[in-house]
Amino acid sequence: MRIFRIIGRSINSSFKSIFRNFSLSMASITCTIITLLLVSIGILLSYNINNITKDIENELTIVILMDKKITSEELDVAKTTLKSVDNVENVKFNSKEAIKKDLASQNDTYAKIVETWGEDENPLQDSFVITVVNVKDINETATTIKNIDKVDRVKYGESMVNELINIFDVVKNATIVLVVALVLVTTFLIGNTIKITIFSRRSEIDIMRLVGTSNTVIKLPFIIEGFLLGTIGSIIPILITIIGYTYAFNSLSSAEMTNILNVIKLTEPSSIVYLTSLILLIIGSVVGMLGSLRAVRRYLTI
Amino acid sequence: MEFIEFKNCSKVYKNGVTALTNANLSIKKGDFVFIIGHTASGKSTLIKLLYREEKPTSGIVSVGGVDVSKLRNSKIYKLRRKIGIVFQDFKLLPKLTVYENVAYPLASYGMKGSEIRPLVLSALEKVSLKDRTRSFPDQLSGGEQQRVCIARAIVNNPKLLICDEPTGNLDPDTSKEIMDLINKINKKFGTTVVTATHDKDIVNCLKKRVIVMKDGLIEGDYLKGGYKNNENI
Repeated sequence: MRIFRIIGRSINSSFKSIFRNFSLSMASITCTIITLLLVSIGILLSYNINNITKDIENELTIVILMDKKITSEELDVAKTTLKSVDNVENVKFNSKEAIKKDLASQNDTYAKIVETWGEDENPLQDSFVITVVNVKDINETATTIKNIDKVDRVKYGESMVNELINIFDVVKNATIVLVVALVLVTTFLIGNTIKITIFSRRSEIDIMRLVGTSNTVIKLPFIIEGFLLGTIGSIIPILITIIGYTYAFNSLSSAEMTNILNVIKLTEPSSIVYLTSLILLIIGSVVGMLGSLRAVRRYLTI
Repeated sequence: MEFIEFKNCSKVYKNGVTALTNANLSIKKGDFVFIIGHTASGKSTLIKLLYREEKPTSGIVSVGGVDVSKLRNSKIYKLRRKIGIVFQDFKLLPKLTVYENVAYPLASYGMKGSEIRPLVLSALEKVSLKDRTRSFPDQLSGGEQQRVCIARAIVNNPKLLICDEPTGNLDPDTSKEIMDLINKINKKFGTTVVTATHDKDIVNCLKKRVIVMKDGLIEGDYLKGGYKNNENI
């Protein structure tokens, strides 16, 4: 019972202390709000950039043009061989007849050209379109495919793909570094602000010690106060994250914007804002608590 | 057995300053003792060793049969719960009311509110401040603040009351009032009182045991002494 009374009194005293030291509490909360907002922006930016690059990567395919004189049996064998190649995710067959029909239906010019071809005459080639599991290994996969029997040519825009992969790597790493740096800066700033708040109350801690309060009982209200300041400070960034991101998503998803910004598709808010909010809440509360504990411990050593 | 004992006690601070040299002293239960001396004579250090704010470099400091110099940092609070301390600068929590300040030690020990209330009111009655329970420290005079500090020190009925320059920030009339109060606590409740002071008038007026300190040494110990016996101090 005694322990519950002490915890209850500590919670009560933490709330009182936040109000009685209002200006310092506001400084801690404001600092938390600003830094967590930056973290939120960093996380959302990083997550979306990653998703956009993944989308682009998924659209990268290898087109395999087969020998003109290939038989249907040989095509079956080739398809089976292709499926067994490492890194191949999906194999789609396009027969030369289907391509011919598709070409004819595209526009009049193409239709006229196709008409000049005889019944059994088709200069096009049967082809396979494959997607790969890992775009980074696309070069090796293409080389392996080139050596498969009856494969005439392999096309996947080599130069552009390599450049794209390099750019994506840089962007992904840069966003991860950004988020990590922001989290570290936030931890430092929130921890420091709370430390200053407690520094200003070191005489209070001194008095507590001198009247026979145990170290645990001295620490408890400060830890709870740090937790509360961090939690309160994370509420506004959480609200801005949820409302702001949903608004940005809806604006960019509107019909006109979709035409202009075909590539930039933001991730659905539901899959990212709640996770980001949780991260902000954890950073705010835990950093607040630990910053406070670290600061108060300094004044408890004799 | 003596209630307080210093045996061959010395204190050298980290910066090399020797504050106390080979002090031997014993104080009986229920005694009222003044410790007098110049600034930097070692009286504050002597007092601080009693409530383990400082640790002796060598020797033994015993309070109530416990060698306080051997207490672990995490256990000091147990000693301080048996001691009441009155400070020159009162050391009141500025954001707490008079009642909350006096109740603070008891609340931090985890006592029930219903047990705390009668103890706090009784302590405030002893210092004649029962009608100021809701005031904040900055709404009180210096003398009143010191009385709150005394109420906080005696709320737990300590066996030892340590006063470090209790009248240092007060005018002569208020100083006398405060010392009369401390004297009353000593007589009425048998609380041992150790007071470090500069105040010649109160030492001469109360005629209690006086320990004279100079340059970290105990120079004299007079059963019914005063500054009159030590004009050079």
